[in-house]
Amino acid sequence: MRLSFTTPSALRKKGVLCMNKRNIDYIGRCNPRKFYKRVDDKLTTKELALANDIAVPALIGVVREQHEIEDIPAMVLKEDGFVIKPSKGSGGKGILVITKVEEGRYYKPNGQEVVPSEVYRHVSNILSGLFSLGGAPDVGIVEGLIQFDPVFDGYSYEGVPDIRLIVYKGFPVMGMLRLSTAASDGKANLHQGAVGVGVDIGTGKGLHAVQFDTPVDLHPDTNKVLTDIQVPHWDFLLHTASKAYEMSEMGYLGTDMVLDKVKGPLLLELNARPGLAIQIANNRGILPYLDHVDSLGNHNMTVDERVEYAKKHFAHSAQL
Amino acid sequence: MHSKKPFYILVALLFILGITASVYRGIEHKVPFLPGKQVQSWAVDAKVQFQGTGAPAEVSFSLPSDPAFEILVENATSPGYGLSITDTNDQSDRRAIWSVRSAQGQQDLYYKVTIIPTGSTKVIASTEPSAPKPYIWPATEQAAAEQATEEVWAKSATNLSFAQQLNKALNAQERSQNIELLLSSNSPTKLFLHMLQSKGIPAQEVSGLFLEDQRRRQQLSPFVEVYDKGEWHLFDPTNGTQGRGENLLLWDRSGKSVLDVTGGVNSLVNFSMLQDTRSALATSLDVMNNQNALDFSLYQLPLEEQSLFKGILLIPIGVLMVVFLRVIVGLKTSGTFMPVLIALAFIQTTLLTGLVGFILIVACGLMIRSYLSDLNLLLISRISAVIIVVIGIIGVFTLLSYKLGLSEGLTITFFPMIILAWTIERMSILWEEEGPKEVVLQGGGSLFVATLAYLAMSATWVQHWVFNFLGIHLVILAVVLLMGQYTGYRLLELRRFKPLAGE
Repeated sequence: MRLSFTTPSALRKKGVLCMNKRNIDYIGRCNPRKFYKRVDDKLTTKELALANDIAVPALIGVVREQHEIEDIPAMVLKEDGFVIKPSKGSGGKGILVITKVEEGRYYKPNGQEVVPSEVYRHVSNILSGLFSLGGAPDVGIVEGLIQFDPVFDGYSYEGVPDIRLIVYKGFPVMGMLRLSTAASDGKANLHQGAVGVGVDIGTGKGLHAVQFDTPVDLHPDTNKVLTDIQVPHWDFLLHTASKAYEMSEMGYLGTDMVLDKVKGPLLLELNARPGLAIQIANNRGILPYLDHVDSLGNHNMTVDERVEYAKKHFAHSAQL
Repeated sequence: MHSKKPFYILVALLFILGITASVYRGIEHKVPFLPGKQVQSWAVDAKVQFQGTGAPAEVSFSLPSDPAFEILVENATSPGYGLSITDTNDQSDRRAIWSVRSAQGQQDLYYKVTIIPTGSTKVIASTEPSAPKPYIWPATEQAAAEQATEEVWAKSATNLSFAQQLNKALNAQERSQNIELLLSSNSPTKLFLHMLQSKGIPAQEVSGLFLEDQRRRQQLSPFVEVYDKGEWHLFDPTNGTQGRGENLLLWDRSGKSVLDVTGGVNSLVNFSMLQDTRSALATSLDVMNNQNALDFSLYQLPLEEQSLFKGILLIPIGVLMVVFLRVIVGLKTSGTFMPVLIALAFIQTTLLTGLVGFILIVACGLMIRSYLSDLNLLLISRISAVIIVVIGIIGVFTLLSYKLGLSEGLTITFFPMIILAWTIERMSILWEEEGPKEVVLQGGGSLFVATLAYLAMSATWVQHWVFNFLGIHLVILAVVLLMGQYTGYRLLELRRFKPLAGE
């Protein structure tokens, strides 16, 4: 089963977007090189988002130099937990999540203790550019822990579920909920083993689910039926994602958002090269949606109009 | 969106230019398209003998000038003699002139030449020859000759057909009385020549040598060349044939004598010859060298730079392989072009030794790296430490294999150390973040791509092509540019997206 191949014509009929076409026709054409910093550098994204009234996770501090590493314990003294991530990291690499801080001792979501020297080495690696694209020197961001909304309890294993929306020229065209699993080690990246649940753009309801590029019905760790999921604050999420288009000026954009118990939906990061697995999670190709947006031409719609248009035309039930 | 037309024109231009340059090199310069191809060559010795009379002697000897054969090497041995080779503008009249103040008794002069067939048997006349003076027949023959000539003339239309008909008439089973009469006092060659000349047709007597392996004491045979429409056609009136076989070398086309000796008597020349096979590539290089046509070839470089370029010019092949495997097949490699560098090292070490050596070094490096990671070092000094450790590992392995008498182990030094160090660093991080399974997967994938690149780069015909036909690199560039425009599905995506295709 895993070794069998399908034919290009079958995929073309379904409108499946492939890697080469994504790179040349969408990323290459719609995402201007000069704006990449806005999405590749999480610190810049954060500042831009705040300037555009988009809520983001709290910033505890930034580590720019090796000698500042030792300030981290002081920085996180009053926090319950924190996240350290490289500003220019990609693919979820180099993210250290500490969910418990107890008398200067740190614990990962799975309860494992992390000694301060390990944290220092991790940040040192971040600064040296080990996780950044092309190995460029980087800065480390210390963020507040997200108190994730209990609506997804039982759906996610040891991690923050996040909502990925593909925004094409300002229209949210496809959505997916990413749930961490034991296999993904609490991370929400699909290639690391997280579960992706396709979400109906019109309603925010779950459609199909996928893990390791293979369709699944139940969460592998909690055995809950994945397609029962209803994402709350759906309209708000669509609006935030749509606004990210104006903010970043990237035509083909992936927005990652999380639901905080207290602060509501927060923009986690933007992605100029969103993956293709979202199509498998939705069990349909993305090309018809992209072509539909292209057919609108110059429309001058506002964010609200775009969200309404998307809900009406890109819902799972709608006919393209 | 801007038009893609200029791009496709560029690609087409590169493609055509590359193919044309390669074909030109293959056809014009005779660089063989396949490596290891052999060509026949002939070594011909001419021995000139005469009896010296004690007076100053001068020997003028005609040298071969035949478009069907290319002269690779020629030399003359003649102790005590002065030698000059006269080369008039007319290529058909090259002569060697030996001279000595006093020649006494038996004199032996040698001329040696190595030739290879060029495959072009046509003899093109550079200038139109002037019409010859009509031959004056002796009174006894005149009537017969004129009658015989007119008979053949009536049955012909052109110079060529006249010569053909004449050749036939001279060699017919039942010859006319006129011709029998003429042949009784003339050799067929002379008669043929004179009858042509009496009609004002340019014709000349030439001498040819039949090349046969291991023959000695051979003589030249007379032939007649007849001019028609810019080309000289060869006839052999002694047996009525036209044209030439592959093994005929035209030695003298000057129309004058082959050998002139002044100051000597009883002169004669005879030939011996030997067939030989030699590498087609070396032969074409010798020819190009003689013609000063090596200008745009890497063979001009000193040997050391040549062997350097032999390696460098393989990189486009490896790069092409990586682009293909990534864009069309969809394989992932750790470090984009790392497999190409590993494959280059494999060429020095051979595949199996290379694979074993690579895995040994990386495995040892990973073990030492895991200790370094406990030391909590800065990235840059950690990598530097790994580089030094890798050098140490390579040194130990080389020494060990030397002590154990495994000469294959010595080639391990060809691995690029910086690349190895980075590979170890990346693998180590991968191990910590994703576990050993991913390390084996990605490392194995990289080695797989490196092996494929090695197989492509080590094929002898590939090595032959990239070095001898530089145009091929333009073709590779065009293909790489084209693949950069490929928006279709990758092979592995057909598997990945299979759940989407079927209901």
